[in-house]
Amino acid sequence: MPESMAPPYTAFVEGVALWAPRIPGWSVARPVLRGESEAQAQPAPRPAPVLLAPTERRRAPDTVAIALEVAVGACENAGADPRELASVFACTEGDLAISDYMSETLARTPTLISPTRFHNSVHNAAAGYWTIGTGCMRPYTALSAHRYTFGEGLLEALVQAESNGRATLLVAYDIESRGPLATMAPSRGIVGAAVIVTPTAGARSLARIRWSTARGTERTAPLPRNAELVAGNAMAACLPFFEAIAIQEDRTVRLGLNQSLSLEVHFEFPTRDDGRRP
Amino acid sequence: MKPLRVTSHSIACAAGIGLPALSAALRNRASGLRLNDFGESPLATWIGRVAGVEDVRLPDHLLEWDCRNSRLAWMGLNSDGFLERAVAARNRYGADRVALVLGTSTSSIGATEEAYRRLLPDGQYPEDLRRPMAHTPHSTGDFVRAALAVEGVVVTVGTACSSSAKAFAQAERLMRLGIADAAIVGGVDSLCGSVLFGFNSLELVSPEPCRPFDVARRGISIGEAGGFALLERDGERGPWLLGYGESSDAHHMSSPHPQGLGARLAIEAAFESAGLTPDVVDYINLHGTASQRNDEVEARVVADLFPAATRASSTKGWTGHTLGAAGIVEAVITFLAMEGGFVPGTLNARELDPACGPQVRLSNEPADVRVALSNSFGFGGSNCALLFGRDAHA
Repeated sequence: MPESMAPPYTAFVEGVALWAPRIPGWSVARPVLRGESEAQAQPAPRPAPVLLAPTERRRAPDTVAIALEVAVGACENAGADPRELASVFACTEGDLAISDYMSETLARTPTLISPTRFHNSVHNAAAGYWTIGTGCMRPYTALSAHRYTFGEGLLEALVQAESNGRATLLVAYDIESRGPLATMAPSRGIVGAAVIVTPTAGARSLARIRWSTARGTERTAPLPRNAELVAGNAMAACLPFFEAIAIQEDRTVRLGLNQSLSLEVHFEFPTRDDGRRP
Repeated sequence: MKPLRVTSHSIACAAGIGLPALSAALRNRASGLRLNDFGESPLATWIGRVAGVEDVRLPDHLLEWDCRNSRLAWMGLNSDGFLERAVAARNRYGADRVALVLGTSTSSIGATEEAYRRLLPDGQYPEDLRRPMAHTPHSTGDFVRAALAVEGVVVTVGTACSSSAKAFAQAERLMRLGIADAAIVGGVDSLCGSVLFGFNSLELVSPEPCRPFDVARRGISIGEAGGFALLERDGERGPWLLGYGESSDAHHMSSPHPQGLGARLAIEAAFESAGLTPDVVDYINLHGTASQRNDEVEARVVADLFPAATRASSTKGWTGHTLGAAGIVEAVITFLAMEGGFVPGTLNARELDPACGPQVRLSNEPADVRVALSNSFGFGGSNCALLFGRDAHA
């Protein structure tokens, strides 16, 4: 048994969203993850962020488009007011298309760098657009931890919910790599995932979770039938967490925090009177 | 929050490598800025370039992470005895009980830029740069993890210019919940084409050494720096983290809220978390980038919230704007002020913007600094204010 490092804490899952090209949105993804329907054959076009003005919607970078799509989705799923949520934005590689553009332009014509692309190149661009689009003045953070980005992002959201006593939104996403950088930072397709966690139960809680950090290298793998849905994307490690919520059976999901430490999330799905399902 | 002790800290910036050098530069009002000589076709601006980064040779087992940012991080780790104290803390608490939270805005992107400049005829990376950990945002955190052999939570924070200030906040939460017993925080940002030409494209770069809060200021001087702090629940010496506050502007990607609402919220949250009021603050190290909008807005916020006797200054005339490292650089400067009994003024500024209240000072002054505030505000409207104390109880 892995050795627990910190006292287990309790949190509640209030809303979720998941987007990948063949499962574009939670209402499509949930029955697929449960094995009740097939993923769509044709990949969906990239989402259009409704939070942005129509002129900005077209020009928004992929990272911003996917992050806003799932952030809005999780808030709708939870019936939550975005302005009340602190947020954690987790992205492994940042906007790989903008990094490719910046590096290529700097190599040829550095004085022609686009100011818009430059300010969209910051790791917190999606978080910035989210707070601007929703009018949210609560703090956000934006982080990365290479292959452990989802685990570290979820840990930070849970830590914030517990230490601040406040609902916290996690938004995790990665996009497709471009150009020569793709050989160093490979990532396929667009994947976005979001979850709202709260320290106390609400009327719309989807699951109760007990979480702790623990030594150990055992990590939960996605179900073989689902793995292909996000395979190759730098945020693929998010899948087992969302499978657990879709399948709704009590279980423990272990996510990597680094080479030797895990985040253990034990899901409990109490019997509900109203029959509501995530 | 329960105060945490900063039991060790270090700095490598243009105004000094190591605390004694930075302290001397501050006292002597010796700027670290120089005419831009970075890259092949340097823009006509001034930069805070750290001397000798190019000559750093990383140990063999760390060459996988080699890039300008890692070399600057290595300089910071090897300054002021930090590396030894961090390793001692790791051995004392256990490698997986020490968290590592580092801020950066551009991380190792300079290495990616170099690879694109030197692409082989078939479009491939040059062989010496085919190292994935030198081409990813987490490069900074992962390099320091490897250098210190820590095994706790390891995260790279990327909230632009508030990054390394927010590292203190994240680390405090991890320690409060018992996920870590100690934390290494800080940040590293190094000069690269992206920031020099990027800020230039936004017309934010000054053609002369930056003059924060000057009525005729002309923009920022970009700098680079690496700095670290070791946070413990207690210790024999060192200043204390008393509180912090974070907020979002919800206004614009590259321009502050016109009334500084986000900045106010962050500062007020810092006082709330420390259980203190603005009148106890002896010194404020301002964000003070010397951009038109930041300084005007920040000056008004400070004039509104603080008594006239509070001293405030921007030290970016010494260091340049070190972006994601600004939080740790300026935290370290407040520590020097507490230990040294003086507050630095605002170097290069000659005539203050009329928006400034009596708090903003041009000259260095002797002062007994018991409590200090450090402001960091970033692109994307990310704000963080840190409160430090010479003693655990102000």
